[in-house]
Amino acid sequence: MAVEGTETLTETVKAEEASILAAWLSLLKASGSLQTGRIREAELDTQAHNVLGQLRDSLVTGAGEVGSDAYSSLCDTLGEISRSRAVQGFTPTDTANFVFSLKEPIYDALNRTCGNDPAAVTRATWAASHLLDELGLHTMEVFLASREEVIGRQGQEIAELSTPVVRLWDGILALPLIGTLDSARTGVMMENLLQAIVDEEAEIAIIDITGVPTVDTLVAQHLLKTIAAARLMGADCIISGIRPQIAQTMVHLGVELNVVSKATLADAFALALKRTGRTVVRKQQPSISSTAS
Amino acid sequence: MPVTKTEVLPIRSSDDVVRVRQSVRARAVEIGLGLVDQTKIITAASELARNTLDYGGGGEVRIDVLQEGSRKGVRLSFEDQGPGIADIAQALTDHYTTGGGLGLGLGGAKRLSNEFHIESTPGVGTRVTIARWK
Amino acid sequence: MDRIPILKLGGVLIVTIQVDMHDRLALALEEDLTAKIAGTGARGVLIEISALEIVDSFIGRMLDNIAAISRVLDAETVVVGMRPAVAITLVELGLELRGIKTALNVERGMAMIRDRLAEDDDLESARARHED
Repeated sequence: MAVEGTETLTETVKAEEASILAAWLSLLKASGSLQTGRIREAELDTQAHNVLGQLRDSLVTGAGEVGSDAYSSLCDTLGEISRSRAVQGFTPTDTANFVFSLKEPIYDALNRTCGNDPAAVTRATWAASHLLDELGLHTMEVFLASREEVIGRQGQEIAELSTPVVRLWDGILALPLIGTLDSARTGVMMENLLQAIVDEEAEIAIIDITGVPTVDTLVAQHLLKTIAAARLMGADCIISGIRPQIAQTMVHLGVELNVVSKATLADAFALALKRTGRTVVRKQQPSISSTAS
Repeated sequence: MPVTKTEVLPIRSSDDVVRVRQSVRARAVEIGLGLVDQTKIITAASELARNTLDYGGGGEVRIDVLQEGSRKGVRLSFEDQGPGIADIAQALTDHYTTGGGLGLGLGGAKRLSNEFHIESTPGVGTRVTIARWK
Repeated sequence: MDRIPILKLGGVLIVTIQVDMHDRLALALEEDLTAKIAGTGARGVLIEISALEIVDSFIGRMLDNIAAISRVLDAETVVVGMRPAVAITLVELGLELRGIKTALNVERGMAMIRDRLAEDDDLESARARHED
């Protein structure tokens, strides 16, 4: 069901498309979209031209609500513009203003075409306002979704960077964990660790949790999964860096890590060396003084 | 959700279970899933296909390739006209034990998937749907 | 493929699983291994699964069964070469296969079996000496 005044709006947009476009572009450029250098003038011109053209088409064919088929290509185009702006680092306001700044040129056009019929102008203004608000909101939704995708991807990269696997010795790996352990990070951690076990032919993996702030039942579950997976690959795990408070919390929560755990990475390393049949021996100090007569 | 490709496979024998795995692998590779994600969905499919065969008296699976915007996914829907599951909540918490307990592998399939949905009516049948997105 | 071949190396039986196994094949493997352990008096069983892209609960159960059966027949089973993606998936599935010994590859697996059998032999000789 079309909003009252849509017919007048449609006629005006058709008749005054060129002048609306010109006014819109000058508003956009004045607002500083080009100053930031994120978008070139030619690109902005094309975007505005396409959007206004599609808006005109949609009004002519559909005269329906923004969600309907008549508006789908316009929504797709706005979605594309919005997505690229999110990635390019535009502010949310800038992106929304792309749509909202179309209001003024349209109101002006309406006044020019129907100036002698205030009631018609009012109705058409309302139709335009309603339509542009919906389109503006759509643009914002897409913008936000894109931003969230970027954040998600960055989170993934942080997870990758913060779970390095270190080769301490032949067949002995260390996995120093810093920060909270959630399921996404655990997934990355397990993949890195298991691949390292294959690449280094490791027999022992030391998981150091000095940098993990709390070990509750969830974190413990993630650790247990990792230990179980390493075990299936033939590597034993040792946990190190259990602070006294963590040990207490774990006991109170009834959390059990079914592997040997040591207070420090050094202790764990010593144990790992022993288990793989090695000892560390201090070299004999030479007892001859250099100023022997 | 737009389905760009769809396939229905029968599950009436253990050879069919192998075919289901192969088909799911093909779709998983097509949408570009990473190795671990591929393994997860194929394994979940294997579990559910076996369930359909062993507990559902046979049935079929519908394999859909989905596309939402730029996101691609694979959705599997296992259906049988078997005895159904009386207590779904219980079935989901049944952990599979190496002792070979009653574990229906449902909890496992859920953990291996991004989306999990189950409908079951005793005496009528069961439908389990899982999905994994790229 | 009709049945999976079983190789014998000294006192150890070696099986390489390379195909997408269906139920009949898995059952046949269990039967063949059991017969061969009993028939040859093998003390070790090495199951190589580096070619397996999928290990579901059915295969997991088969491996568990083989390990249990061999234990009854006084043989040690080691599963080697599990792929990382498979290990991650198994753990997520809730199958930790605790009844099975695992090693990274054939070399480590054989060493594990040798060590375990040497331990058993030591225990046996200690017991024998004690009873004298």
